[in-house]
Amino acid sequence: MNADQVLDAKGLACPMPIIRTKKAIEELASGQILEVQTTDKGSQNDLTGWANSTGHHLLESAEDNGIYTFWIKKK
Amino acid sequence: MSEETKQLSLMKMTPHALTQIVAGQEELFILDVRNEAEFSDWKIEGENIEIINIPYFDLLDGVDPALERIPASKRLLVVCAKEGSSQFIGEQIVEAGREHVYYLEGGMKQWSEYLEPIKVGDLKSGGEIYQFVRIGKGCLSYMVLSGGEAVVIDTARMIQPYIDFAAMHGVQIKHVLDTHLHADHISGGRALSEATGASYWLPPKDAEEVTFSYHELVENEDLLIGDGKVNIHPIYTPGHTIGSTTFLVDSEYLLTGDILFVASIGRPDLAGKAEDWVGDLRHSLYGLYSGMPDGLIVLPAHFGKVTELDKRGQVSAKLGDLFTDNPGLNISDETTFRRTVTENLPPQPHAYQEIRQTNMGKIQPDEEERREMEMGPNRCAVHDH
Repeated sequence: MNADQVLDAKGLACPMPIIRTKKAIEELASGQILEVQTTDKGSQNDLTGWANSTGHHLLESAEDNGIYTFWIKKK
Repeated sequence: MSEETKQLSLMKMTPHALTQIVAGQEELFILDVRNEAEFSDWKIEGENIEIINIPYFDLLDGVDPALERIPASKRLLVVCAKEGSSQFIGEQIVEAGREHVYYLEGGMKQWSEYLEPIKVGDLKSGGEIYQFVRIGKGCLSYMVLSGGEAVVIDTARMIQPYIDFAAMHGVQIKHVLDTHLHADHISGGRALSEATGASYWLPPKDAEEVTFSYHELVENEDLLIGDGKVNIHPIYTPGHTIGSTTFLVDSEYLLTGDILFVASIGRPDLAGKAEDWVGDLRHSLYGLYSGMPDGLIVLPAHFGKVTELDKRGQVSAKLGDLFTDNPGLNISDETTFRRTVTENLPPQPHAYQEIRQTNMGKIQPDEEERREMEMGPNRCAVHDH
């Protein structure tokens, strides 16, 4: 998937991946896509919950070898 | 010190301190900042604990929505999955001027794994018996000590606390026993026996598929410790599993495993044989236990609710009292009993099939996967909801 911006949050522990995601998405325009990479397992549920509560669209997520990647479309 | 320089700070609460609060029925207000799914699955409970859930990611723009709901007068504990988010939110609450704000050391992960050893009593033949309370998960295990030797029963996955405790008390762990093949938590029995050189004992009927060697627990073949003075007497009491075995320790303490709890009885369905095992369960409870002395101290492998803990955090009851107070021991009609233990049961424990496979040695999940499998409440009793 083509992202407008890529955020590397690998190696960061909770709550940093979400804090960085929030900041990154604030810099995008509506409809743009942010790709977030994390290694914190908890970020799966938390990013989903955060997207639900903020209204941004979690388009897709994937796991590969301990790296979680999320594609979020700004509302 | 002037008002301006007065420094308020976020304080750490250890799992031990939280255990004291839960057992002592002290007041505490908890802000759980995990996501809603995790919170609804499993949370900290206590008689005088008030708890609310606001995910930390809903507080990134400020903690005001939380402050509105937190009474200023109470001690506040902020809790998350590990620790980081509770510190992050807790610090902001302190900055907002609140006092008595704590975060839980190690978060729910450590709470789930914390074991609190509590002395149950002295043995008449010389020695002591301790209950290891895994308060976050409702699991109970035991260590019997006598004459420099010890036996551990229903070991939790985390074996270091038993090793440290034995070293502190100058005893050598000789035997490690499981009352049955557990379905709600991963037994540390085999690992503890390997680490200490102790013998690992299992009920053979629960161990038909295990992939490792073990010693067979046989009814009436007592294990002895403390120069042979203290006996552990196995009694075959099937029903929760086909092999479930009760241990009578020093003719006074009845370790009932998952057959009989303080406020409930075991469920017969976790190995998939509810209908087959109802008769066994009934016979174990109403046939065997009912014939034993009223004064025996029942020590189960679980508790369902924190109200079962006494002021010190211990879970026990006199057998005679349970025949009066425990609803599971007061169902005279067999059909009603059958229905009670097979219908409307609580959900099965998280990952219980994988946990059984792990305990049989059939699968070898890594440490992180084991931890994950054990998340959530134990749900081994009929009446837990």
